[in-house]
Amino acid sequence: MTSAPRDREIAVVAFAQTAHRRTSEDLSEVEMLLPVLHEVLDRTGLKTADIDFTCSGSSDYLAGRAFSFTLALDGVGAWPPISESHVEMDGAWALYEAWTKLLTGDADTALVYSYGKSSPGSVRDVLTRQLDPYYVAPLWPDSVALAALQAQALIDAGDTDEPALAAVATRNREAANDNPHAQLKGPVPQGDYLVRPLRAGDCPPIGDGAAAVILAAGDRARGLCARPAWIRGIDHRIEAHGLGVRDLTASPSARLAAERAGAFERPVDTAELHAPFTAQEIVLRKALRLGDDVRVNPSGGALAANPIMAAGLIRIGEAAARIHRGESDRALAHATSGPCLQQNLVAVLEGEPR
Amino acid sequence: MPEVLKAPLVVEFPFTRSLGPVQSAFLTGLRERVVLGVRTAGGRVLVPPVEYDPVTAEELSDLVEVAPTGTVTTWAWNHAPRRGQPLTAPFAWALVRLDGADTALLHALDAPGPDAVHTGMRVRVRWAEERTGAITDIACFEPCAGGPQQPTGITGEFEDPVTGIVAAARLDYTYSPGRAQTAYINALAGRRIVGERCPSCRKVYVPPRGACPTCGVATSERVEVGPRGTVTTFCIVNIKAKNLDIEVPYVYAHIALDGAGLALHGRIGGIPYDEVRMGLRVEPVWTEGARHPDHYRPTGEPDADYDTYRELL
Repeated sequence: MTSAPRDREIAVVAFAQTAHRRTSEDLSEVEMLLPVLHEVLDRTGLKTADIDFTCSGSSDYLAGRAFSFTLALDGVGAWPPISESHVEMDGAWALYEAWTKLLTGDADTALVYSYGKSSPGSVRDVLTRQLDPYYVAPLWPDSVALAALQAQALIDAGDTDEPALAAVATRNREAANDNPHAQLKGPVPQGDYLVRPLRAGDCPPIGDGAAAVILAAGDRARGLCARPAWIRGIDHRIEAHGLGVRDLTASPSARLAAERAGAFERPVDTAELHAPFTAQEIVLRKALRLGDDVRVNPSGGALAANPIMAAGLIRIGEAAARIHRGESDRALAHATSGPCLQQNLVAVLEGEPR
Repeated sequence: MPEVLKAPLVVEFPFTRSLGPVQSAFLTGLRERVVLGVRTAGGRVLVPPVEYDPVTAEELSDLVEVAPTGTVTTWAWNHAPRRGQPLTAPFAWALVRLDGADTALLHALDAPGPDAVHTGMRVRVRWAEERTGAITDIACFEPCAGGPQQPTGITGEFEDPVTGIVAAARLDYTYSPGRAQTAYINALAGRRIVGERCPSCRKVYVPPRGACPTCGVATSERVEVGPRGTVTTFCIVNIKAKNLDIEVPYVYAHIALDGAGLALHGRIGGIPYDEVRMGLRVEPVWTEGARHPDHYRPTGEPDADYDTYRELL
């Protein structure tokens, strides 16, 4: 059972994020995170003591700081001791854990946050360390190279071509003009090949950022938010780690997660896709059966800002915020992890009829 | 904004990994210049081979030799190779389905340029000169003409099989400590110890990390503490640490500097180790060119009352 039972409705009631930028070298991780935590609490009027469960997502490898998530916890105010957990994954998976915690009835409110500082290291190389350590990681295939293999497979299959990829980049970054938090927006030249067939414009900006979301159950949610974004379903699925075992032109894990989250029961009006590379949006639109009538990435998506470990949670936050503002009634939010869309999470959010 | 402090930070370590029986056979095979796959119950041959069926999770053991020739299933041109990658000159990344295999292997393809590479092209393994039983025993793939090269008849039984790999990993960072710690480090350069006070609970954190972990708010009011302080608790170190030029036994202590809301760590000198005690009043000793106090020594003041530091142990 991966759809929320009728008697325990859970909603995103608040969302906040940093202005994402190439470097935040003047701030430590907790210093970058603190304003976002305060902003998301202020939106609901909640204090730390009102939060029943806290869950975060981050990776020490990004900034090369051991146990950085324990230092980040300083920003929460974890005294007296709080109920807390951490995932070494994008914050979307921390949100999934918090959602299950609320489903059990042990908690009515949850704070979910995640952050990533890619600026201290070389993120293309850092991400090679998540690969199969026996057969793949010793070759140091960087994240752009692996995405380029996927893009070429799509071109060979006739699913896209370079002009179509460029159009994906342009559309996302034009949409980001309306997003004050975006790092890369407006007209951005496609530039040279980074790893052919991917050009600089097909790749996400590298940067630092953080995001936070508050979840609440039932009437608690109604009391905290004028129009809660109810999580109607959420699911995540993973594919084999071997790239050569997978069909890189399809995303069966995204398709299955969407099915299990109930995404295909009724059409959505908005989708926030975590597609750091242009070609991945092509794969996801097909897997998630998104027609031309769906607004895809009104925030600009990960091509406009991709703080690693937070960019997936931001998709859920952006989708929820549109429901809060009355700009969407039913939205799909997607997050990904691993190379070439290896693992995918899909959430379906709805606002009550206006 | 004050200048941002930065320092290089290298995280480097070798991972020593043991191998399962299928991985061991595959990597030993590479050492002996043969490529082995593993056959699933469904009849698919997986290369590179894995210990468990990615579809059914069934344990796999049926090793099958495949040819060192194959077909490119997708590729990407890497015009700027990065550290650690298989070739230093521009090359193509390629997924290659070897003849006899149903899945593709990731490696480098040595080709003169992107125009010489296409999906469906025929390639063969170029073996490394020195082979140790690792994926890098394949130096890369290279273009070739013609059909499958014949297998050699090797079964996967080897003398002296490889049982593990040592995978070196190095990541380079530029560390910057952030606002609060930058101020702390800058003050140390002037032989002052500066903490930050929580605006909510008024506690002074030394060293400051930018946030009060109790209240969850930013600390910003800078407060100079010490230089004198009180030993709140201590231990006697009897084991000499590598690369540390200090005679044992010596005392390592928690020291609550005057005005600080928590104790920091430091070595106690200038007094026999067996005379150090809780409540001992100490002061920092700076040495020429040092970035922080070398150690703390007794001030000669009367010992502090337990009640003055009982919350700072």
